[in-house]
Amino acid sequence: MTGEYRLAEGGRINRDRPVRFRFDGHEYEGFDGDTLASALLANGVHQVGTSIRYGRPRGIASAGPEEPNALVQIEEPFPEPMLTATTVALHDGLVASSLPGQGRLATDPDPARYDAINAHCDVLVVGAGPAGLAAALSAARSGARVIIADSDTEFGGSLLGSDEELDHAPAGRWIDRVTAELRATPEVTVLPRTTVFGCYDDNYLVAVEHRGEDTFTRQRTWHVRAREVVLATGSHERPLVFPGNDRPGTMLAGSARTYVHRYGVLPGHRAVAFTTNDSAYAAAVDLHDAGVEIAAVVDVRPVATTLWTARCVERGIQILTNCAVTGTSGTDRVSGAQISPVPSGDSAPTVASELDCDLLLVSGGWNPAVHLHSQARGTVRYSEEICALVPDRATRGVRTVGAAAGTFTTGECLRTGSEAGSAAARATGFDADPAEVPSSPSGPVTPPQPTWLLPGLSADSDHDQFVDLARDATVADVRKAVGAGMSSVEHIKRFTTIGTAHDQGKTSGLLSSGVIAELLGVEVAQVGATTFRPPYAPVAFAALAGRDRGDLYDPIRVTAMHDWHLAQQCPFENVGQWKRPWYYPRPGEDMDSAVLRECHAVRTGVGMQDVSTLGKIDVQGPDAAEFLDLVYTNKMSTLKVGRIRYGLMCHADGMVFDDGTVMRTDEHRYLISTTSGGAAGVLEWLEDWLQTEWPHLRVHLTSVTEHWATIALAGPRSRDVLARVTSDIDLAADAFPFMSWTDGTVAGRAARVCRISFSGELAFEINVPWWHGREVWDALYEAGSDLDITPYGTETMHVLRAEKGFPIVGQDTDGTVTPHDLGMSWAVSKKKDDFLGMRSFSRADTVRSDRKHLVGLLPPADSAVVPEGTQLVELSELPEPPVPMLGHITSSYRSAALDRPFALALVKSGRDRIGQTVYGHVGDRLVPVEITEPVFYDKEGNRRDG
Amino acid sequence: MMLIPCPWCGPRNETEFHYGGQADVPYPAEPQELSDVEWARFLFYRANPKGLFSERWNHQAGCRRWFTVRRDTTTNEIFQDDSHEAVTR
Repeated sequence: MTGEYRLAEGGRINRDRPVRFRFDGHEYEGFDGDTLASALLANGVHQVGTSIRYGRPRGIASAGPEEPNALVQIEEPFPEPMLTATTVALHDGLVASSLPGQGRLATDPDPARYDAINAHCDVLVVGAGPAGLAAALSAARSGARVIIADSDTEFGGSLLGSDEELDHAPAGRWIDRVTAELRATPEVTVLPRTTVFGCYDDNYLVAVEHRGEDTFTRQRTWHVRAREVVLATGSHERPLVFPGNDRPGTMLAGSARTYVHRYGVLPGHRAVAFTTNDSAYAAAVDLHDAGVEIAAVVDVRPVATTLWTARCVERGIQILTNCAVTGTSGTDRVSGAQISPVPSGDSAPTVASELDCDLLLVSGGWNPAVHLHSQARGTVRYSEEICALVPDRATRGVRTVGAAAGTFTTGECLRTGSEAGSAAARATGFDADPAEVPSSPSGPVTPPQPTWLLPGLSADSDHDQFVDLARDATVADVRKAVGAGMSSVEHIKRFTTIGTAHDQGKTSGLLSSGVIAELLGVEVAQVGATTFRPPYAPVAFAALAGRDRGDLYDPIRVTAMHDWHLAQQCPFENVGQWKRPWYYPRPGEDMDSAVLRECHAVRTGVGMQDVSTLGKIDVQGPDAAEFLDLVYTNKMSTLKVGRIRYGLMCHADGMVFDDGTVMRTDEHRYLISTTSGGAAGVLEWLEDWLQTEWPHLRVHLTSVTEHWATIALAGPRSRDVLARVTSDIDLAADAFPFMSWTDGTVAGRAARVCRISFSGELAFEINVPWWHGREVWDALYEAGSDLDITPYGTETMHVLRAEKGFPIVGQDTDGTVTPHDLGMSWAVSKKKDDFLGMRSFSRADTVRSDRKHLVGLLPPADSAVVPEGTQLVELSELPEPPVPMLGHITSSYRSAALDRPFALALVKSGRDRIGQTVYGHVGDRLVPVEITEPVFYDKEGNRRDG
Repeated sequence: MMLIPCPWCGPRNETEFHYGGQADVPYPAEPQELSDVEWARFLFYRANPKGLFSERWNHQAGCRRWFTVRRDTTTNEIFQDDSHEAVTR
């Protein structure tokens, strides 16, 4: 396919492989090797969408990731919003559409696969232009482990967009040779199409690799820990601010050159080049040689350089020095440029001529891509010489070379790159010399003339002088910010939104600093620039998530009996990472009726629950008793072997943070239990005290949560069921008393059976090795079948314990509740010299009489359950705000045993208010609730022995 | 993502660790002898310097070891003992 805009030959596209694609409903053809942008340009399509605020037509302005305009929505093969057409590799079947600045999320799930990979290397080279390739070559030849990554589909960087020669041959030959050598070196990983987007502490860099649309894994996120980093990230050309600088057909000069050399595409037929420096001359000359008519090179400088003047004269290209473009015309595409002599002082410019053109090349100089250097906490400074920010002080282990360091001649890029590569490898212990680099004929680059705002233009023209095309922000916006008294670039950024779009100000950032400086009448260096933050380029969430989505989002922990629960089709409650059965509905039952049935069964017959998820920590050592005395509020050293005690743990501030049972299994050994969600935190906390405060204590801690499967058998008939599957345990109440444990055989398996009750009913907890959990569960279920043994879930457990006034740490407590607040002074030893939390119980704050206490609440018997979290107030009618709050409901259920709703609550001076009525604020109503003791059922504790 | 030197396991990714706050805040020998003000100083008062800071970390996803490092809070560089030479990387 050659046409009006595609050259008959040249470029690095594969003309043997045409590619069909759709854009905005039209069928087009491009070639393998094109980007979406180059293929559109080859088809004469310049305008890609309209601008976000003003709906002005916008076109392709660049050839790379700095693109501010050409945002597209990818529809097929995988929907993706807001990609820049300049970075989308063309492939068969691509369907895309233009965007008015804002993307839209796909409604269908993304079926593509995304992955993550971790890598370590001695030297990571970011960017594979002349500097990066030379650096990688030097490092690789030393034997160092090297990774070289570049966003582009092929290596070469700026060389791909020019006709430069190296060693008197096309630069492509050198690129191909170096790339081949790197690929052939075993310790080198070569990553094209890989954008390093973040540089974090200690040389941890994150990159996304675009593997192509027909590969198994569409994108892969690389997490690289590098000992040394060489940043050769190149530079971005800066546009110029002038009236009408946003018309489609306005393009960065270097990008136009790239379209010609790399893609064989003519971005227009008649061009005007507007510049402050030499690089637009190179574009003008190359475009001329490719067949574009150059109407003029408009240079703000008083004198053009001799070299470029000569080349233009040779070609008959007109140079207009000391001139500027002060306006454009055209509707959907630029059709003319107004040229004026650069005005002096405040006198208004006079339009000397209007030149017809369909392409307006602009160049305001080059901004080194200092993003990663800056993210790594390197500092930047404004260089008067190149009118841009350059790296100043680097973080250790980070080197920046080439254009990213403000070095713009190919020869210098090669030389400094090669030296940086060998220095980086040497820093990691390899014997590296700089690799020899090819000769480059490119001459010195003359500095640009700093040009931020054209003088003398009327304030009316501010409105179409665009600073940030992506945000539709103009000189008028900056002037408004400055007029409002702002002088900090960070403030002005947030006020104007300049630099906050998808491109994060790659073209607009420093430009806005320059405009601000001009308006404030200060130096650009004083204004500085906003902070560079990751990501360097937009990254899809899907790529960051990788496979950690859906079921793999977070580890899921299940018990030995999980398959049985699944077979009952019970809903699960997430407790930490555990899946716990919530309730077991029978056909036709909802949650409320299932829970009432389960509660009734435990209170009158027998129920069983999988309680394997409770945390279990084995505490061993000669000083285990002393240690536990320090970390529990009550005394554990007096616990006899064979017995069990309930214990509370407080932080040093006296606030309850976990609870559980303590079982003494031997003179020097205890098994303690924790809440299901708190196990890891308790273990870490115990280790903290053992290792850092009491290292003299001879104690070892082991998490054994998953060693034991645990089944709670609860209800007046629980003894009968257990008796059917054990013969060597005397289950009589006096032989096997409450809060004791014994070893025996249950259903043919060695088991440790405890008499612990969380429901107040006669109950047993049967611990067996995890492996036998399901088998013993099945045996107990079978043994109780004629008694209608009822499996119950966490909801029923919560109701039954609440009827007994047992708090759940983390539900009825929130880190501000002491044991005394819970009414559990009985669990706080008065005989110990010290334990964690003890001193805090006498602090002025903890002895206040108006602390919140855990109390019971009874709403009217015929009312609905009052929602948990309900705020409690004193009066039956709300006074004017602020309304004093007495506390809130922490647990609230309907009780099968009491046949009414009930609740637990934390209430100010609650125990002094027993018998009083307060009001719960539910929706727009106030519900009366009576404050009671927290124990609602079997206050005497008669039921625990059956 | 800092690289934190665990005394047992060597340098590992920050995500394996849990932060433990300021180091060298010993549990008082005789808490019951302290005034409320002194006890509150132990419980609630911690330094928050800009610059070098001795702090505790726990290798929670590894060996469970608690240990102390000195970190420059402005650069996240980690130093060993009294040296001014960063240890990570």
